[in-house]
Amino acid sequence: MSELDYKIIVGLEIHVQLATRTKMFCGCELVFAAEPNSRVCPVCLGLPGALPVMNRQAVEFAILTASALNCKIAEFTKWDRKSYYYPDLPKNYQISQYDLPVGENGFIEIPIAEGQTKKIRILRVHLEEDAGKNLHGENFSQVDLNRAGTPLMEIVTQPDMNSPQEVSTLAVELQRIVRFLGASEADMQKGHMRFEPNVNVVIKKDGSEFKTPITEIKNLNSFKALEKGTAFEVKRQLNEFLDSGEVAKSGNKKTFGWDDTRGVTVLQREKEEAHDYRYFPDPDLVPVVVNEKWLADIKSGLCELPLAMQKRFTADYSLGDYDAGVLTADKDTALFFDNAVKAGGDAKRICNFITQTGLKIANEKGCRVSELGISPQRLAELAKLLDAGTVSATAAAAIFEKMTQSDEMPQQIAESLNLIQKSDADELKKIVDDVITANQQAVEDAKCDGKKTKKAYGFLMGQVMQKTKGTANPQIVAKIMDERLKSI
Amino acid sequence: MDKKKINIEQVKQVAKLARLNLSEAEIAQFSTQMSDILQYVEKLDRLDTANIEPLAHCLPVSNCLREDIVKPSLGTEKTLANAPDSDGQFFIVPKILDEAGGP
Ligand SMILES: [Zn+2]
Repeated sequence: MSELDYKIIVGLEIHVQLATRTKMFCGCELVFAAEPNSRVCPVCLGLPGALPVMNRQAVEFAILTASALNCKIAEFTKWDRKSYYYPDLPKNYQISQYDLPVGENGFIEIPIAEGQTKKIRILRVHLEEDAGKNLHGENFSQVDLNRAGTPLMEIVTQPDMNSPQEVSTLAVELQRIVRFLGASEADMQKGHMRFEPNVNVVIKKDGSEFKTPITEIKNLNSFKALEKGTAFEVKRQLNEFLDSGEVAKSGNKKTFGWDDTRGVTVLQREKEEAHDYRYFPDPDLVPVVVNEKWLADIKSGLCELPLAMQKRFTADYSLGDYDAGVLTADKDTALFFDNAVKAGGDAKRICNFITQTGLKIANEKGCRVSELGISPQRLAELAKLLDAGTVSATAAAAIFEKMTQSDEMPQQIAESLNLIQKSDADELKKIVDDVITANQQAVEDAKCDGKKTKKAYGFLMGQVMQKTKGTANPQIVAKIMDERLKSI
Repeated sequence: MDKKKINIEQVKQVAKLARLNLSEAEIAQFSTQMSDILQYVEKLDRLDTANIEPLAHCLPVSNCLREDIVKPSLGTEKTLANAPDSDGQFFIVPKILDEAGGP
């Protein structure tokens, strides 16, 4: 492939399930893995005469997200019927938005390298309802309509991504954004985000440009699959071009399905008329008019977005991009960190507490760090103790753990657990002298420049720590030890 | 060449999309009838609509919204009551072959 000069072009369609309690057009509850067909009513079953009514929350979530994605919000939108026959679609049409989406012409900023970002244009954001679920048996298929009518937000980007990494980065960034906004749980395991990249390649050869036919990849349900599927498709298209020389033209767009087990894309056979959806305005639903007041109300739900927060943490708190990224993966965690720093804790120390000790305990408990029962203020106090050398880093981690079970201030916990570091030089000098007197061989080994030097020095330090039950401030002990050894 | 507004091929295509099995006689009949309907409606072309906004809905109403509050569903048993075939949990349909569907 190296002899080919080419550029990858990818646009992405993303379906995001909104975090409403009920469906898009009826009051059926959205429950993951509920008993099949238990959350179904005449509306989502498509019974004759049943009338859909819009869920206000779903409309507002979509407008909120479109605003966060810098879209122009439509003052007037409507609903259209997209007709096709499939057993999981009881009405034989899907209610969607065709020519008047909720939002248009926005952009999303994605991190592409340390501190660097790239703008990807957003073509449109619209609302629609999900279909049910088919399970394929040997001689028949089973249909579960619990999912039918679930509110989905479809986000379509312009073909502005130029590598499989950029595609998955955008997906991850979008996940952070909708979670920050509370518009979606964006839980991949529950299928809350589904991706359909449109991929092709522009090849420069013999002074001309050739565009390979665009393919759409379906069945991508994880960030990993999205990246691998896109990368595979690029390779496949390059090989195909070398083989057949086929270039993009009207009507030769193809659909491929991702086979996650085999790690390949597979051509899906589609009938020619499959895309004749015969859209027309849904007479059962009235239009949505978004006036200035309503839009302002919705926009009051906007918050500092994850990437902006990540940038602020690196700029104002001197955190590394990686740490800032870990902290801003979740809004509550990010705010918890921010508040602890504002309460006077050193940013790097607070960050370490959260990423090293906090996330581990939170994972075990299946909650967020902010839900461990430690207030940002108490965490800031703990950071101060560590800064002052009152406790060691190891002790601080133990105190952190204890703080999740008690409301005491870290100082009290440190005292009751006997974790206050001995920094009293006179007391420590005496202990160091005792250790030196009792371990003459180790002292000799430590003094001469040999193989045993390091080990013997470590042994002496260990003896001091043992005698103080680990409460001696190691920096001060080392200083005294060095002085003593030099003077012998 | 079929000069009707809706020719035989278009009727066949629409029938296919609507999963209708039409006889040749029906196809010819519908081609005539649908063409006649379009021709009749064409009378509207005499009106100048250049400065008229397209109508999204015939009622002068907008924003019929409901709050996000759970209402009782039918439950599995009632949901499946009218199904031609079910296994008590799912609707049973003929085996779905690999035709791309879904939104
Ligand atoms: Zn329902």
